Amino acid sequence: MRARALAWMILGAALSTAQAQEPPAVRSERGQTPIDMERDIPDIFRYQRDRPPVPRQWPKQPPLIPHAVKGYNITKNFNHCLDCHSPSRRKETGATKVSDSHYLNREGRKTINVSTRRYFCMQCHVPQAEAKPLVENTFRPLKAVTK
Amino acid sequence: MNAEKQDRPGMWGRLKAAGPWLAVGLFAAGIIFWGGFNWAMDLTNTETFCISCHEMRENVFQEYRNTIHYTNRTGVRATCPDCHVPKEWNYKIVRKIQASNELLHKVLGSVDTPEKFNAKRQKLAESEWSRMKKADSRECRNCHHYEFMDYTEQGRRAANRHPAAFTEGKTCIDCHKGIAHALPPIDQGFAPW
Repeated sequence: MRARALAWMILGAALSTAQAQEPPAVRSERGQTPIDMERDIPDIFRYQRDRPPVPRQWPKQPPLIPHAVKGYNITKNFNHCLDCHSPSRRKETGATKVSDSHYLNREGRKTINVSTRRYFCMQCHVPQAEAKPLVENTFRPLKAVTK
Repeated sequence: MNAEKQDRPGMWGRLKAAGPWLAVGLFAAGIIFWGGFNWAMDLTNTETFCISCHEMRENVFQEYRNTIHYTNRTGVRATCPDCHVPKEWNYKIVRKIQASNELLHKVLGSVDTPEKFNAKRQKLAESEWSRMKKADSRECRNCHHYEFMDYTEQGRRAANRHPAAFTEGKTCIDCHKGIAHALPPIDQGFAPW
């Protein structure tokens, strides 16, 4: 009898907490557009084509990618960036050198080749598109400020 | 003797008698046979035919769908046979005969799962690369004639590399590997963490 009462109590408690914690409202990637209607197509940007290397805007800025990278995949099997930028291919392809900072392992010791820690190039180096900035940006490069 | 011969005409005689009709008949049969043969072979030279096997549809075709030869600005496409089957008849028939081996492996189920396919990817890729290399990238050059490339229209990097590579006697596949499908694992010499 007592066991039964206890079981009911536990069940009651569980139900009340479940009611108290309402699940957060699901926000669809489609926004408020109903499923049978087409949503506004977001702006489509074209990546800039090849141009000479872009100068850094502040010290230690990861240099921007001055070319389109469509189809240049970084997979478990192959890193397409290093196909041109690796030290062994650089001379032949004329690609920008991978910085010395990328030849350090996590203990800070020098490595012979680019460290695996730097495998995902596009985490820091990004290609450029002719897109309107999402927020106003008042950044001025250091050179322009000191002039 | 003479009379007997006239009664029963020989082979040549009968041919002569049938004469023009026989020639027309043989000619027509030839057209039908030859046309039919090429028509049947052309049916096996379509994207639809290639991806009717799930080995192709679920492995290489999915990779190809993300590339410029599948979808692009103008909608001009290069489908499976454009790259993997030669256009000239003599090369085509040789490749088609070799491809009968693929039917055997379809039956054996050699690459019928993505895992099996990836296990063989290195070997399959290398055999296709060497075929391309031996033929001086013939199938690329069906569309991409380097004699007619306008380097002023090409990007900076392409305009630099193309003339240099052609002078060195390189062929398309030497640089353009993995443009339509995922590459096999390639050791790029990354240092550990």
